[in-house]
Formats: sequence, C-alpha cells, structure tokens
Amino acid sequence: MARLLVCPPDYYGIEYEINPWMRISNAADLERSKAQWLNLMQMLENSGAELEKMTPISGLPDLVFTANAGLTCDGKTVISRFRQSERQREEEYFKQWFVEHGYSVVPLGVESYFEGAGDLLGFTDIWFGGYRQRSDIEAYTALSKIYDKEILPLELVNNKFYHLDTCFCPLSDGELLYYPGAFDSYAQETIANCIADNRKLVVPQFDAERFACNAVCIDRHVILPAGCHQTMDLLKHHGYMPHPVELDEFIKSGGSAKCLTLALD
Amino acid sequence: MVTETVIIKGHIIDSLIFAKVLDTILQSGGTFDISKIDVGTRREDPTIAKISIQAESPALLEKILQTIQPHGAVVERISDCSTMIATQDGVLPDSFYTTSHLPTQIRLKGQWIDVEAIEMDLAIRVRFDPLQVQAIPMANVKKGDRIVTGRVGIYVFPLERPKSRDVFSFMGAGVSSERPYKHIIADIAKRMWLIRENRQKILTHGSKDFNHNIGTKVLFVGGPAIVHSGGRDVLSWLIDEGFIHVLFSGNALPAHDMEASLFGTSLGFGLSAGCAAPHGHEHHLHTINKVRGLGGIRQAVESGMIKDGIMASCIRQNVDMVLAGSIRDDGPLPDVVTDTIKAQGAMRAALPDVGLALMVATTLHSIATGNCLPAKIPSVCVDINPAVPTKLSDRGSFQAVGLVMDSSSFLKELARELNWSG
Repeated sequence: MARLLVCPPDYYGIEYEINPWMRISNAADLERSKAQWLNLMQMLENSGAELEKMTPISGLPDLVFTANAGLTCDGKTVISRFRQSERQREEEYFKQWFVEHGYSVVPLGVESYFEGAGDLLGFTDIWFGGYRQRSDIEAYTALSKIYDKEILPLELVNNKFYHLDTCFCPLSDGELLYYPGAFDSYAQETIANCIADNRKLVVPQFDAERFACNAVCIDRHVILPAGCHQTMDLLKHHGYMPHPVELDEFIKSGGSAKCLTLALD
Repeated sequence: MVTETVIIKGHIIDSLIFAKVLDTILQSGGTFDISKIDVGTRREDPTIAKISIQAESPALLEKILQTIQPHGAVVERISDCSTMIATQDGVLPDSFYTTSHLPTQIRLKGQWIDVEAIEMDLAIRVRFDPLQVQAIPMANVKKGDRIVTGRVGIYVFPLERPKSRDVFSFMGAGVSSERPYKHIIADIAKRMWLIRENRQKILTHGSKDFNHNIGTKVLFVGGPAIVHSGGRDVLSWLIDEGFIHVLFSGNALPAHDMEASLFGTSLGFGLSAGCAAPHGHEHHLHTINKVRGLGGIRQAVESGMIKDGIMASCIRQNVDMVLAGSIRDDGPLPDVVTDTIKAQGAMRAALPDVGLALMVATTLHSIATGNCLPAKIPSVCVDINPAVPTKLSDRGSFQAVGLVMDSSSFLKELARELNWSG
C-alpha cells in the first residue's frame, strides 16, 4: 500500500513570488484551499493510499507541498536543500518529522541545491533528476552514490515547469506521462532513448499548463487536476483510471496533486 | 591560447550531459581534449571525465566555463608549478621538468603563461620583473636561475589539427617507400610558395601584413649526398629563386659543393664523367685548404674563386648558414662551428620565423634539428634509407613527414612543382 506524507493547508497562502505562477495579488482562498485539499485526500485514500499527516507551521505557507521535503527510499532519507530562502526554513521541520518517525536521515554530502521528490522521480531501475531550475546537477551524482541508482539528469528549460514533477510523471506500469516542451533537446533525446514510443504519453501544452503531469499514480489510479481532458483520454487508452480533482487554489502557487504528497517507504 | 581543466562526473553518458558539455564548448568557440574518462563497470556507477578546454582568450574561456558549469563541469583546482633555484652553473635542480617540443604553458600565481622557445629535452627557466618563461638547455643554466620542477601546474598542448588539408594535416603518417609521394611534394611546394609570398610581403610592405602562422623562412638541412647524387644545381636554383632562407649542414656539403665548383668532382668522382678523377680523393682537401686560405666561404665566393653551386647561391642570397662540425671533419672549413654547444646555440638562433623544415640526406643533422624544432613547425625528412625518418620520429620528432627517396630526385620533383624548367 502506498504511504504518503501530506501536510494540511492550515497556513497555506501566497506570501511571496518564487515561480511564474505565484502572484501575491492573486491570493488563495483559504477555505476553498482546505476543501480542495480534503477532497484530494479523500480521493487518495479511496485509491488505496495511507496518509501520514505532519503538523502545519504558521509562517511556512509552502509546507503543504511535501513532495519537496526530500527523498526517502531503501531506508534512507535525504532532506531537501532549497534554492529559495523562503523555503529553506521548511528544511528543519521536514527533518524533524523524519527523525521523529524513525527514518534514517543521511546528508547529501555536497553543497548543492536539491528539492526532493519534486525533482527526482523514476522507475525501479532508473531515476531521472530535473536540474537547472531548482536542483543542481551535482546533487544527482551524490544521490546516485547514496542510493546506488543510475540517475539521468534532465535539463528543465521552461520556468513554468520548474520542478521535474510538473512535467514528468512515471506511471506504475512503466509508462511515462510527460510534457516534452519543458526539456532541452538533449533531455528529450535521453527520454526517447530510455522509454519506448508506445510507453510515452505526451501531454499537450494546454493540459501541461493545467498541471496534468503533476499527478499521483497509485496502481492503475491516476489522481490529476481537473480540466485535463486529453490527458485523461490518454490515460484511459493505456488502461489507467483517471480521477480529476479541482486544485486551482494550489495551482496559484505552482503546485498540484503530486506536489501535495511525498511517497514514503 | 588559454586553457583550463574541468572534471565532470555522474551518469553523463546515457543522459547525454557529456555530449552536451562538449557541444557547448565547440559552439562557444573553444576546443577541448578529453584527458581522461573512466566509465563505471556497472550501470549504477558514475562516469568521471576530465576535459581540457582551450580558448583564444581568457574572456572566452571564462564564458565557456560559466556556460558549462550548470551542467556539472567543475574546474579542477590546479596549483601553480613548483620551482627550485639552480645552485651551480650548468647544473639543473633535481626533479627539473623536462620539456617536450609541444606548445607548453606553466601556471604562476594562478595565471597560465606560455613557455618561450620551446623545444624538446630542455628545462624551463622563470624570471620575474619582467616576467619571462623560457625553455633553456642544461648547459645555459646559471647559478641562481629559477627552474620549473615536478609536473604540477604544467600544461602541454596537443598539436592542433591544421585548418587547411595538406600533407601536414596527417603528420607522422609513417614512413614507407611503398607510398605515392607526388602529392606530398606538391603540398611541400605549395607551402614554400606561401612562405616566399609571406616573406616578400615583409620586404615590400613592412611587417604589418604578413601571416604569423605560416612563417617567413624555409629551413633546409642537407648532407653531402645531395652533391654526390647530382642535386647540386637544383638546390642552387631553389636558393637563387628565394625558396630557402636558412641552411643547416656540416663540413662535407659545402666542401664537396665547392669541390665541384673548382674541380668538377664530388669526393673525387667526376660529376659529369661519372668516373674517378686521378688523385680525385685530394680534391676536397685542396678545396678546403683554398677556402681556409681566403678566410671563409663568403670570401671564396666574393673573390670569384667559387663561381657556382650551393654555397655561391647561399652567399648571393644571404642565406643564414649554420655549419656544425663533427669529429671526423677534414679541415674543417673556417665557417664550421666546432664547439657543439655554440653550434646548438647558433641553430636555435636561426629558428624563429621558420615555417617549414626540409631535412634531406643527413642523419645526424636531421636529428639535431629535430631536437631543436617546436612540434608545430611542419617538417619533412627525406632519405634513401627508411631508417633515417624512422629514427627521427622515434627520437621524438613525430610530426615530421618521412619520404623514402633519393635526395636529388626529391629536389628535382620539388623544383618542378616550383616551375623549374631544368
């Protein structure tokens, strides 16, 4: 069963602007945010996920995006090192949660930025790391040593898709849901070399900009933001069950379903 | 040219990051050499590559480094080179660095500095105020000189591929008498045209308009077999036409050339008759004796005693001659430098601006010249004996193109390419 770390949006809001989606003037409606978040949680549980809730902290509006807490796998947890000072304050709380819950926290070992499962995703045998926008490429050399995994760095060239999980979503059966326009030509070729054509689900720009790739895949269930009709058709065509959830309050911050969860061991 | 070494590691092959970094260097106007690459044995293992990047200017190098840095290429921190002070004249400090004949830089106070007068098997002397970094032979070191030691902070540039395609673009392609040579001679001739043209630009328009890369001098290194085999007239023609500007040889080539002028023989054999002249073995000694009597080759030519031949042409055309003696020389001629260290110095002094070296029918002088030549100077070694170009190459002058053929045939073929009608 999938175990996911989540954080209720009690203190969620747009208090600064660190990506092209965020506008302080475009404030999030807190009550609506809470309702959308609860609805998402319900959908995740219905799809078979077990949820671990961490305590929200006043003054840390983005703590709700737990995908960026770090990465946990094979009994080892690496905590994120955020690029923006606004989010660096979250690091100690994420670390505290993992330590208190018995996880073995290991240092990244290099002075590089790394924004957790927001930028590092993959399949069983191969992982991919987004770099250039938030995480540094050097982080992946350190992480591949920690986890003994092949990690192929992919350059993100469109700042609307600033984390890998905004444009790249590995599915449970080995398919990849992704938006090629977010990557440079070398990264596109790398993806083409690693994933067979019939396993690539190419998301159109319209859906990509509605965060279609920021989806949570649990077995054959894919929970994605509402309004991504072509993507839903693609998923159905490949035998998945898409579950649209209204998450526009979080898209104001540049995040959606996947950003609001972190896969635990 | 400035250089910096970067290290890049990770899963850089399958992710095409390595290809991207190399492409980026080229697209930015730099060049690179992959100094080292360790590909992991398992899929999970990282690859580690060391890339030397070269650029025309420090500003361009900095721009390239900034562009590739986000892709994980980090500058390898290199220390300055180490130096020691020589404690005796003519003796280098222990662990002195031995040069190659490839372009070389050393790092001092974080800056890469070109080594001047590079040639193989020398040491590097550093002087401050003003800064001068020069390759010097062991015999020239003075007590108190600062000499580069060890191997850290020294960068040797690999030879650049010539931009135009000619024979020198596949320098060191091996030596064989089994290969066609006509195109090689045509390329040599083409280069000689260019150098003569370049030289004439200096003479007529001053020094602003000439091409530094091509050079302004052709160096000819020759042995007496040129005279024996009937190449004397054609070599004289090449000199008279202004295709040769520096001559390195020993005692025998000028002695037999002037013997031919005085007696019509070379080592006693009639050059036209093709048979031994009576008491012909004395001819070269009489020749040397007469020249000694006049004081030297210039006097012999200017007095009218020597009327034709290689020496006469050299004097008329003001060719810079360095005649280096050897232990078996007869006489020798007064122009022959018998102190080998002085001869080495004179050869070195004649090398600046040489753009082509032709080494024909001489083993010892070819190797001696090869030792003094920077690798970037296109060089050709011609000998009937394949062992000579091979030996030259084995002794480090890998850039020399070897031609296995008779010297006179070579000179005639070459002259025909240069419009000789003989």
